[in-house]
Amino acid sequence: MTSTSDLTVPRKPGLFSRLPVIHQLRQSVGLQRGMLVAGLVITGVFILTAIFAPLLAPYGFSQLRDESGRFGSQQPPSGEHLFGTTVGGYDVLSRVLWGAQTAIFVIVVAVVLSIFAGVVLGLVSGYFGGWLDRVLVVVSDAVYAFPSLLLAIVMSIVISGGRSDLIGGVLAAAISITVVFIPQYFRVIRAETVRIKAEAYVESARVLGASNSRIMFRHVLRNATRTLPLIFTLNASEAILTLAGLGFVGFGIEPTAAAEWGYDLNKALSDVTSGIWWTSLFPGLAIVLVVLGITLVGESLNDLADPRLRGRRRVAQASGLVAETSVVPGGTLVAGPGGLDGLESNATHPDTGLETRP
Amino acid sequence: MNNVLTITNLGISFATDAGAVKAVDDVSLTVAPGEVLAIVGESGSGKTVTAKTILGLLPETATMNGAVILSSKDGSSESNIVSLTKQQLRQVRGTDVSMVFQEPSTALNPVYTVGWQIAEGIRAHGQFSKKEARVKAIEILGRVGIPDPETRVNYYPHQFSGGQKQRVVIAMALVLDPGLIVADEPTTALDVTVQAEILDLLRRVRDEFGTAIVLITHNMGVVADLADRVAVMFEGKVVEEAPAQKLFSSPQHEYTKKLLAAVPHVGQGIVRAAARAEARAPGWAEQTPVVEAKDLRIEYPGRLGRHGFTAVDGISFSIRPGEVLGLVGESGSGKTTTGRAIAGLTRVTGGSLKVLGHEMHGFKEREFKKFRSDIGFVFQDPASSFNPLLTIAECVAEPLVVHGRASNPGAARARVNELLEAVQLPRAYGDRYPHELSGGQRQRASLARSLALEPSLLIADEPTSALDVSVQARVLELFAELQREFGFAALFISHDLAVVDILADRIAVLYKGKLVEEGTGAEVLGAPKDPYTQRLLASLPVPDPAEQAQRREGLRKLRAAG
Amino acid sequence: MTTVATTPAVPAGRPAGRKSKPAGGGIGRYLLIRFLLIFPTIFILVSMVFWLMRATGDPITAALGGRLGPEQLAERIHAAGYDRPILVQYVEYLGQIFTGNFGTTISTNRPVSEVLLAYGVATAELAFYGLLVAFIVGIPLGMVAAYFRDKGQDALLRVFAILCYATPVFFSGLLFKLVFAVWLNVLPVAGRATTGSELEMQLLTNPTGLYTIDAIQVAFQAGNTDVLIDVLQHAVLPSLALGLLTAGVFLRLVRTNVIGTLGTDYVDAARSRGVSEFRLVSKHAYRPALIPIITVIGLQIALLLGGAVLTETTFEWKGLGFVLIEFIKARDYVAVQGIVALLAVIVALSNFIVDIIAAIIDPRVRY
Repeated sequence: MTSTSDLTVPRKPGLFSRLPVIHQLRQSVGLQRGMLVAGLVITGVFILTAIFAPLLAPYGFSQLRDESGRFGSQQPPSGEHLFGTTVGGYDVLSRVLWGAQTAIFVIVVAVVLSIFAGVVLGLVSGYFGGWLDRVLVVVSDAVYAFPSLLLAIVMSIVISGGRSDLIGGVLAAAISITVVFIPQYFRVIRAETVRIKAEAYVESARVLGASNSRIMFRHVLRNATRTLPLIFTLNASEAILTLAGLGFVGFGIEPTAAAEWGYDLNKALSDVTSGIWWTSLFPGLAIVLVVLGITLVGESLNDLADPRLRGRRRVAQASGLVAETSVVPGGTLVAGPGGLDGLESNATHPDTGLETRP
Repeated sequence: MNNVLTITNLGISFATDAGAVKAVDDVSLTVAPGEVLAIVGESGSGKTVTAKTILGLLPETATMNGAVILSSKDGSSESNIVSLTKQQLRQVRGTDVSMVFQEPSTALNPVYTVGWQIAEGIRAHGQFSKKEARVKAIEILGRVGIPDPETRVNYYPHQFSGGQKQRVVIAMALVLDPGLIVADEPTTALDVTVQAEILDLLRRVRDEFGTAIVLITHNMGVVADLADRVAVMFEGKVVEEAPAQKLFSSPQHEYTKKLLAAVPHVGQGIVRAAARAEARAPGWAEQTPVVEAKDLRIEYPGRLGRHGFTAVDGISFSIRPGEVLGLVGESGSGKTTTGRAIAGLTRVTGGSLKVLGHEMHGFKEREFKKFRSDIGFVFQDPASSFNPLLTIAECVAEPLVVHGRASNPGAARARVNELLEAVQLPRAYGDRYPHELSGGQRQRASLARSLALEPSLLIADEPTSALDVSVQARVLELFAELQREFGFAALFISHDLAVVDILADRIAVLYKGKLVEEGTGAEVLGAPKDPYTQRLLASLPVPDPAEQAQRREGLRKLRAAG
Repeated sequence: MTTVATTPAVPAGRPAGRKSKPAGGGIGRYLLIRFLLIFPTIFILVSMVFWLMRATGDPITAALGGRLGPEQLAERIHAAGYDRPILVQYVEYLGQIFTGNFGTTISTNRPVSEVLLAYGVATAELAFYGLLVAFIVGIPLGMVAAYFRDKGQDALLRVFAILCYATPVFFSGLLFKLVFAVWLNVLPVAGRATTGSELEMQLLTNPTGLYTIDAIQVAFQAGNTDVLIDVLQHAVLPSLALGLLTAGVFLRLVRTNVIGTLGTDYVDAARSRGVSEFRLVSKHAYRPALIPIITVIGLQIALLLGGAVLTETTFEWKGLGFVLIEFIKARDYVAVQGIVALLAVIVALSNFIVDIIAAIIDPRVRY
């Protein structure tokens, strides 16, 4: 037996192809690869736009006039203003491009802060259990079930004290979104921690008498956070939507502080009735495209991480070596999505352990 | 009469992450009406893939060539599964051929009544009204031995026991009276005593319904019990095909011989255990036991005012230095819980449990920690017993680092290499990740890790139950060798009497949390006193058709008496 | 599995034993526990909102600071009891909520509960229509996507689902308005009904505030179906905007879960008995998949309510979300607190209802 199984030990792939996204890109086939590539391209364009907004944008985000005078309000698209101007007299194209910068800043701050807090809380709560765990679970469940936009609104009232000039509106928005996301990361990491805690390798460390901190950091933490890149992409799109929602109801960022798509849409609300379409269409499309791109990446990664959802190429007959296949590839022999256990524990979530919300 | 099934030159390939893999290679088989053909092989031999092909159930990632000709029971029609359209396949499934699955609890839809599910199969082929389908469902449930089928037809799967669920699955397969049933490891998920009942039922299916059965199994005892003819598969090929009696008495192919030799027999270990007892130094029996349980009780707390669950209900036993105690029981007997309590993974709730002289009832982790270096533990599932992100060497070094024998995994490498050699793994395997090793290799590495600190007590919880027979034989042999060499005392937990017998000095039998019998292998297996042990022993099929027929008779008498 | 970064392989062989613990208790006990869980949820949310809102200071200063002199301000603060220790106010607030008293608005000086009732019905109506659209669009399409998985139809539906989700309701709302109300001029731009219809409905002896029901009453009593048509026309665009957002989530959810259950042994078992692929999806895989779906749909109530706030603002639909934004602009935090607390109660109750539905579907809970 040893000799045959030696043959099947896979060679270690190169470092390059083991990088997170690169690896998945190679692994994917057909439509899945198409979706992943499309998502990566859109996301790449978004990031590049954010970085090079100062070079790309014809005007500043709060610029109302150039050497030839004021831009004028609600001007239709023209050679000078490709996307026209807003009711406040700003250049729509410039604000759309600068908006990418605001969006990416808020995403990064919000997601990094909430990952940090969520991971620490989830790890400790899931590992030690007890009353602290129970309290944290009930609290996070309650917060999680609550409309995240409302919570973000309440948070931004608190942070800015109702006055948008106290802290920069951008930071206020980012922190509001952070608070909304902490329960999500908490839930995912806690569920993973609880699962990993019951794995034989953790029990084995306990039998050895390894200290709690050693078990937590050497065995649980790295295994529990393996899904984070995936959650990151799924949540980034949510962060953009929440930011835009905040802006739309008037909790965003003053036009003089930064460009924000949601705020611009709010201002375009009355334009629509008079048939002025360019003030709403372009910032709206920007939101849709960015969320679409990031979600495509996230969904593809999610599918690829799940053998049940991953597509494979069909092979020609007679290709390949005769080899040990301990399970039928494609996983048709094993029980379903967590089998019955998945149905029995209401606490865990069916697909990736998270849902999408605005 | 024609054969119900003729497979000619079947080949199947799969697309996998690692590229194309050929699972079945040029297989030809036939099954006559009313015949039981067993396809035997270890994991990866292609036996399950072959079985699924008969029903056209392969996933879309598979490509196949060759022919699978299926005849209807009355011989009126023939169809080639490989070339059928989806619609035609659907017509054949259930009427000409049907399937019995390995795991009855996952083969039944949890949200529908069994009656609905049986009727669904009937109605898929038209002809019957809802009422008629229900009548047929009740009738078939009765015929497979479900008591009170008129009521039970409205039950949901979770209201049946494991053995009854498998009966329901068999009823579903039988309801349209197909000429052929494919049974994929139909008893693997069941306890031995239940397995014997299901095997009886399958035998009745053949005799009463005249149904041919393709029996997919890795268990030679099951083959000996039920099969008329046997095909042995190895790496996608049929290496030997013979009538059951002939295969067991004079196997031709090397692989078959190896496979049969690897099957553990009850009674194998008795001589060895006696020799070891001889060799003990005088006064050995008076030594302080390594583990001593007195009236040990372990209860899992119930949630929110519900009653707790008593897993272990007042058992007493002891393990002396250098002695191997085999703990045998079926699922739910409390054997795993006992092992976990000794390792301090589960809390003792009553009685006394002394491990290395330390009382475990109400123990504190801090006080127990220094004893932990003296305890090793081998887990059941080789797939999850290693941290997937660490190399084998790092995993094996873990105990050395935790107990300060080495400052880091690198410093422990020399010792790790020694250990890997002791469990007969090449040194280079230390640099591999767990998923790059096979199940048997991982289980050996697991042994190496548990022995790193040269413990005086080793707990092995079903260490070989996830392994193939030939791999199991090697691991058991290794275990015995290491035990001789290191001289540790061991608690060896298993559901399989024959496995325990090979290693154990003494055997304890657990049943529903109670210790029903304890003694040397010769006492417990040679002349069991407790009726449960007798039944357990009689239910265990042996890999010899003639002897198994006798034992079956014995079991029948035992059941009739008790 | 070529790298460490993928999900661990599902262990083959016999399942680990330790999991099977005795079940029991039955549905009564299950629902009782679920019911009791409502209270901590409401308690936590209400407390959180209370402390967060109070962190900014007392509501009177927030709303009227700058407009009133310091003495008048202090007087009003004293009259409302906001100068007492905050803990006393907190306990009192909890007690009041328990009796259904959410305080009095500062800007309009009306009891908050009255505001909640007046505007809540409008939100309920919108949420109902939105949910209806989401169910009608999301669930069947999710099953279709699962049926055609990894084929062209599936990819198309998935992109549709992501687009639904990626488009903020206010943007889709704006687009709908632009196309259907401004350019094609077939549907009204905003509001719940024309002023004429609203007057007609107010003449009813007992108007419910649910315009659809009121309009039906008008149709029956006065034989005037114009009002009903008018009301329904107003509801189309907001319902679509809100419903499509949720439909995207439902579609994705149904697809993933049905595909998951399609890979189970019992579906394979049904297939081995000749059950058709269509029936496998629509019956054998769908029903078990429904249990996790229902649970998550419960969580989507939050999505729906958050979306409702934005939809109402976009379409000037005078519901809770609309007035919430008005009150926030007026810095009337008593009213804001009241609305948020009520939404907390709604969320907790709807999750309980979802639990009941899940229990009815899942026989393992029922017996």
